[in-house]
Amino acid sequence: MSGHPTYQPQGALMKWVERRLPIGGLIHSSFVAYPTPRNLNYWWTFGGILSFMLGVQIITGIVLAMHYTPHVDFAFKSVETIMRDVNYGWLLRYLHANGSAMFFLAVYVHMFRGMYYGSYKEPRELLWILGVILYLLMMATGFMGYVLPWGQMSFWAATVITNLFSAIPIIGESVVTFLWGGYSVGNPTLNRFYSLHYLLPFVIAGVVVLHIWALHVVGQNNPTGIEPKSEKDTLAFTPYATVKDSFLMVCFCIVLAWFVFYLPNFMGHADNYIPANPAVTPTHIVPEWYYLPFYAILRAIPNKLMGVTALLASIVILAFLPWLDTSKVRSARYRPVYRQFFWLFVVVCIGLGWLGAKPAEGGYVIASRILTFYYFAHFLIVLPLLGIFEKTKPLPNSISESVLGKAKAGAAALALAVALGASMTPQAAQAQGHDVAQPPQLKWSFSGPFGKYNQAQLQRGFKIYREVCANCHSLELLSFRNLAEDGGPGYSPAQAATVAAEAKIKDGPNDAGEMFERAGRPADRFPAPFPNDAAARAANGGSLPPDLSVIAKARTYERGFPWFVIDMFTQYQEQGPDYIAALVKGYEEPPKSMNMPAGMSFNKYFPGHMIGMAAPLQAGQVTFDDGSPATIDQYSQDISAFLMWAAEPHLNARKRLGLQVMIFLIVFAGLLYFTKKKVWSDVHA
Amino acid sequence: MTTVSSAEHTRRDFLYIATGAVGAVGAAAALVPLIAQMNPDASTIAAGAPIEVDLSPITEGQVIKVFWRGKPIFVGHRSKKEIAEARKVNVASLPDPQADEKRVKEGKDQWLVLIGICTHLGCIPLAHQGEYAGFFCPCHGSQYDTSGRIRSGPAPTNLPLPPYEFISDTKIRIG
Ligand code: FES
Repeated sequence: MSGHPTYQPQGALMKWVERRLPIGGLIHSSFVAYPTPRNLNYWWTFGGILSFMLGVQIITGIVLAMHYTPHVDFAFKSVETIMRDVNYGWLLRYLHANGSAMFFLAVYVHMFRGMYYGSYKEPRELLWILGVILYLLMMATGFMGYVLPWGQMSFWAATVITNLFSAIPIIGESVVTFLWGGYSVGNPTLNRFYSLHYLLPFVIAGVVVLHIWALHVVGQNNPTGIEPKSEKDTLAFTPYATVKDSFLMVCFCIVLAWFVFYLPNFMGHADNYIPANPAVTPTHIVPEWYYLPFYAILRAIPNKLMGVTALLASIVILAFLPWLDTSKVRSARYRPVYRQFFWLFVVVCIGLGWLGAKPAEGGYVIASRILTFYYFAHFLIVLPLLGIFEKTKPLPNSISESVLGKAKAGAAALALAVALGASMTPQAAQAQGHDVAQPPQLKWSFSGPFGKYNQAQLQRGFKIYREVCANCHSLELLSFRNLAEDGGPGYSPAQAATVAAEAKIKDGPNDAGEMFERAGRPADRFPAPFPNDAAARAANGGSLPPDLSVIAKARTYERGFPWFVIDMFTQYQEQGPDYIAALVKGYEEPPKSMNMPAGMSFNKYFPGHMIGMAAPLQAGQVTFDDGSPATIDQYSQDISAFLMWAAEPHLNARKRLGLQVMIFLIVFAGLLYFTKKKVWSDVHA
Repeated sequence: MTTVSSAEHTRRDFLYIATGAVGAVGAAAALVPLIAQMNPDASTIAAGAPIEVDLSPITEGQVIKVFWRGKPIFVGHRSKKEIAEARKVNVASLPDPQADEKRVKEGKDQWLVLIGICTHLGCIPLAHQGEYAGFFCPCHGSQYDTSGRIRSGPAPTNLPLPPYEFISDTKIRIG
């Protein structure tokens, strides 16, 4: 197979342009005629997937920026407005949030592939270093993006990560103040992070251009690690690589869509649905899964400066890989010993990720230290020595010769990649306390791929909210009009208006400059029961009844291994409702050993067991028009379902669209698969 | 490569075209949310609900401004003289012919309710100014009369009327 001939512009206009700006020729030589080794396997498609994901992130990001407000008082609310009111806002935000995680998943596969096949070796050192720079930029961008929703995790991630710089001797404190633009993380910090989060993706895109340029100068590595010798060893980029890349890209989109439509909050932290509170740190703070290995390294070392240095070194060391690996042979296929060490290294990285999600105590710390040591030993001891002592297998004479006897690293590696993604998911980290009871898993009408809300249940839940919960809890993010919106409790607009009219809304000032009360309108938000937090506390024995708008997404319980992996396939996303349903029923007599302060109640599901809310629901307290029993069991499920709807009002639409997208992607992937087979048929023949 | 039958060729071409077409449909569908998000969101639409204006404090000759859907609405209490001026012109001679009677509610001749946005390029005209003592747009000099009709200048049409109704003698609902 020879590449296409050089580019010949067609038509007068194209010729005119080409003489002045040979862009057609550039595109042709880079993406059409560009020779790719004929033996590339599917691990080589992740470069294309990464470019695609960068595009997805930039496009969804630009769109989200049109609706986001970078201000400490409005950031959280504006994100919720995106989720609730902006047309398809929920889709765009979930795409962006899950897209970033999938972006990291792809970059890890891409990096491990490079390590396995020695893609960093002469003459590809610079290509590799540009990749390390891209990875660093991605980490910075991802971190700053995570801060923007201004939830609890955002705020404390910003605090902890910026405080890394305080480890710098002498000037550390001033550097941190400089980064914050204040004496603590605050509005200036949020504003600059927003600005940089918008800027950095374009810097990434620029470095990607350099990365691809360098790639096109030195050519792609391939599974044999030997350079193409003749035209027989290569194929033209288009159609061969194009169609193969497209096929895997669509498969990758299926995975992305699985998360976006069915598990949108799986990779997030429930605590980030609690607005940022500078006075309270969440009990267990962990970064997003893709930073966990580095977080484990940071915590493994008991000295602040050394810990931060190790964290930084663990990333920077990658840039020196081309020189630390002294072997002349590139591909692990011909390096039997290195291959073992490579997989050991992968396991160590996954192990560090797992440890990063665990509390920093006891055996976890010791394990982190051992794995941290091994992480560095891999680069500083194993790789340099292997180059000297390893007996490598004979290399084939050419790529085309090797194609006949193919090695299969595929299946094992794929399984590991899946495990990599799986084991680093954050649910492992959602510790709410260690000895709390596990809420029972209930059956919900809205669970699973075809789930939707039960209107009658939502109406009952709303009745409970109005008659019981609303006495202490606000529902700030909801408006009366939501009651009549699609996918909700199914009230008519007139009914919603009636509910609204029964509420008293503070408005004003009027012409006389005075505030006044008026009847509510559908566009009004649910009024809070107390004028402010202090009043709410005073009326509730010092405890603040939390706002209930997103509580069903802000509460969870620890699932643990292996449940969180299984949840990924069963689409279990109902931790919140399960927890709430269990909590309102979970009141018991405190054990003798426990000293309950006045006003506190014992609840077996509440972290720490001491809850400021007295048992809220009594049987017979609320009567239903539809004849449902007035029992606590019934109440607990109805109120939880209602709160789930309040937190995720577009769930019905999400699952409906999800089904359509899934069908489309699967059909498209099938077509691409057959197209790929056809295109490649003459190569394999 | 061996010779391929033409039936094989057709099958292959069909596959390629089908794949390309499905891909194109997907790309087009992906544009829908990206474009739809630009339209007003649900809270903006809900906030565009009708408003009520109390007319009792507006004295004769006064024009007040209220906001509805982010637009300034002029509510003017016209004097007898202003009404008479608006009605004495030859309607057919106007750039955008419309009788004053058509621009107010029957029996409420004194109440002029207009969207206060110049129909040229959107500036806000000044009340009681200009040659016709109606409205004058400072941006490019459009002149409106006491009925809000364009008389001279670059604006193409009269100041538009918002939807409104009287809910009592001294109260209107706009929207
Ligand atoms: S905008 Fe009023 S005259 Fe141009």
